[in-house]
Amino acid sequence: MKKKLTTVMFKGTPEQEEKLKAVIAKYQGVPGATMPVMQEAQEIYGYLPIEVQKMIADGMGIALEEVYGIASFYSQFKLNPNGEVAIAVCLGTACYVKGSGDILERLEERLGIKSGETSSDGKFSLEATRCIGACGLAPVLTINDEVYGRLKKEDVDKILEKYLG
Amino acid sequence: MIRSHVLICGGTGCTSSGSLAVRKALENELEAQGLTEEIKIVTTGCFGLCALGPVMIVYPEGTFYSCVTAEDVPEIVSEHLLKGRIVDRLVHHEMKADAENRVTSLNETQFYKKQKRVALRNCGVINPEVIDEYIAMDGYQALGKVLTEMTPEDVIKTVTDSGLRGRGGGGFPTGKKWEFASKSVSDKKYVACNADEGDPGAFMDRSILEGDPHALIEAMAIAGYAIGADEGYVYVRAEYPIAIQRLQIAIDQAREYGLLGKDILGTGFNFDMHIRFGAGAFVCGEETALMTSIEGNRGEPRPRPPFPAVKGLFGKPTVLNNVETYANIPRIILLGADWFNSMGTERSKGTKVFALGGKITNTGLVEVPMGTTLREVVEEIGGGVPNGKKFKAAQTGGPSGGCIPAEHFDVPIDYDNLIAIGSMMGSGGLIVMDEDTCMVDIAKFFLEFTVDESCGKCTPCRIGTKRLLELLNKVTDGNATMEDLDKMEELCHHIKSASLCGLGQTAPNPVLSTLRYFRDEYIAHIVDKKCPAGVCKNLLQYSIIEDKCKGCTACARVCPVGAISGTVKEPHVIDASKCIKCGACMAKCKFGAIVKQ
Repeated sequence: MKKKLTTVMFKGTPEQEEKLKAVIAKYQGVPGATMPVMQEAQEIYGYLPIEVQKMIADGMGIALEEVYGIASFYSQFKLNPNGEVAIAVCLGTACYVKGSGDILERLEERLGIKSGETSSDGKFSLEATRCIGACGLAPVLTINDEVYGRLKKEDVDKILEKYLG
Repeated sequence: MIRSHVLICGGTGCTSSGSLAVRKALENELEAQGLTEEIKIVTTGCFGLCALGPVMIVYPEGTFYSCVTAEDVPEIVSEHLLKGRIVDRLVHHEMKADAENRVTSLNETQFYKKQKRVALRNCGVINPEVIDEYIAMDGYQALGKVLTEMTPEDVIKTVTDSGLRGRGGGGFPTGKKWEFASKSVSDKKYVACNADEGDPGAFMDRSILEGDPHALIEAMAIAGYAIGADEGYVYVRAEYPIAIQRLQIAIDQAREYGLLGKDILGTGFNFDMHIRFGAGAFVCGEETALMTSIEGNRGEPRPRPPFPAVKGLFGKPTVLNNVETYANIPRIILLGADWFNSMGTERSKGTKVFALGGKITNTGLVEVPMGTTLREVVEEIGGGVPNGKKFKAAQTGGPSGGCIPAEHFDVPIDYDNLIAIGSMMGSGGLIVMDEDTCMVDIAKFFLEFTVDESCGKCTPCRIGTKRLLELLNKVTDGNATMEDLDKMEELCHHIKSASLCGLGQTAPNPVLSTLRYFRDEYIAHIVDKKCPAGVCKNLLQYSIIEDKCKGCTACARVCPVGAISGTVKEPHVIDASKCIKCGACMAKCKFGAIVKQ
């Protein structure tokens, strides 16, 4: 999957770095530890900018290319930070046949960003996700873990009103 | 003393529609009414009827409430739980008392009547976070039987005789797989479970993990005993937080009870397991890619042979099955191979879980004996297509499968029949499409998915799927020629025959099956430059019917690009060269004067 690199400045804190070092130490000697370390690093930072990938590579004694190769391979790893308002539209088949493609398109129009991007003020991020399994509510989108289901294209404006303020 | 049990579904479907809020409200209300000693709340796994969520069952009456909100809770408590009067308006419509005051039981409703729940036997029945409830349903009895009464060879023979085939997609005989791994000689072997359900629209594995995680643990321990492994890995999607949490709780409880770890049940057998999180890569459903991913690398497949049974995880012999396959194992051991193979068709035994989705009334999870027809599943259990629309196709097998048209509605569903009609079982997603679905667009949707998910290791898949998608785009843009259809078919066959793994080998199936059954739709796009379902934007034209337009100007005001003009109280017109086909005008028009063609 092709991923866009972030344009948002890296703002890691020393506390976060300490935590990451502890994670790396915890997985010392565990077979196949690279992915779990990256997953926990993403929990600490919210995403995996190149600065964090470097710390992981150095800490684990592997090449940065290897870390980047894994980060860009799996869709779960984010190279962009989430916006304050993180919107995810489900593009699983059940949602798609019920019109989630139109909903994503409407959001792109309204927010002026494409799927996979974060607005430059860091307020909104938009992504298309794989099936989240709430097929009974299709089509579905989530905003910061809150689920909005049985949507129509017209509902997008109403939902955004709450966050645009 | 507990006089009543309230079961609330805590599966992902119902949680998304608000079952946690219902539970919270119920706790508060029971507290306020002083009923906490009399009424017990049980959070269960998925009942299957996700479309009617959040769902709740009150025992001993067995009253099935659907679409319950937190606001309904005080009424349920004061009427039903205090006074014993069932809240009729919330009862599932089929279970309301008839004129003679007869109430249909849950198992007799259309949705459950034809189902046979084996893999889902405990989902929606027990609290998955309490190991005792699983044990009360005969849980871990199969493990006990295996360890004390059976040799590893007996176990493999029973599984082989049952005719169980892999439920993850390919349908490889499970007993054979175990036999190969048991025969490999090594100091170390592994048992692995594929819970990385990546097939969009399928959620049966998640529901089993959420509703009955101990069934998986028990089955993996049995597999460990059969092949001589002492360690297991479950590779589960990180996007399934509830499933991961419940599985972890279950593993901890099993360890505490001595059902995992050293010297299980005093028999000297050791087995323990770990959870690894997938990170969202469809190709990791392929067995060699999954193992590469557990090893911590990019999940790229490797050529077979060597097969995982010889050289799998960390280079050691490994058995890999998916969740649903494992969930059948304890029952097979307890009730015997003959019981299992009495269900199903000649070459596909047992039951299969399907996730019904798309344009169907009863969205949810169903488990039926193999050999049930598509008609029974879609029309009888699923309640048919809603809103009076016409059924067009059912899609099975996800991005590796195909679309089945109405003419094959009466084919008994099993592995071989589905392949014969150009689709496949896959993990069991079943998406229903109606007349508003464009089949070319659906083929394109799946191809976009595989292009995105192709790992890039082999050329036929990496470049072939991309070229195929470009040809499909030509069709939906109205730029294709009839020769392009032949090119597409040829390309499909090359991708199928030359790709390294299952992802590439099956990627062209959505295109091939739609070309086979819905060629007329492709031709309509190419020759008439029309999308019959009205989906493909570049072939659509919005126009205003003069007679119906009242000149209210609502459409002109809502149009984002100013493509609509006209004077007040006179019919308006749309300038096709400016129109971006957003459909805003059509949604706004109160007179039905705007049409798309």
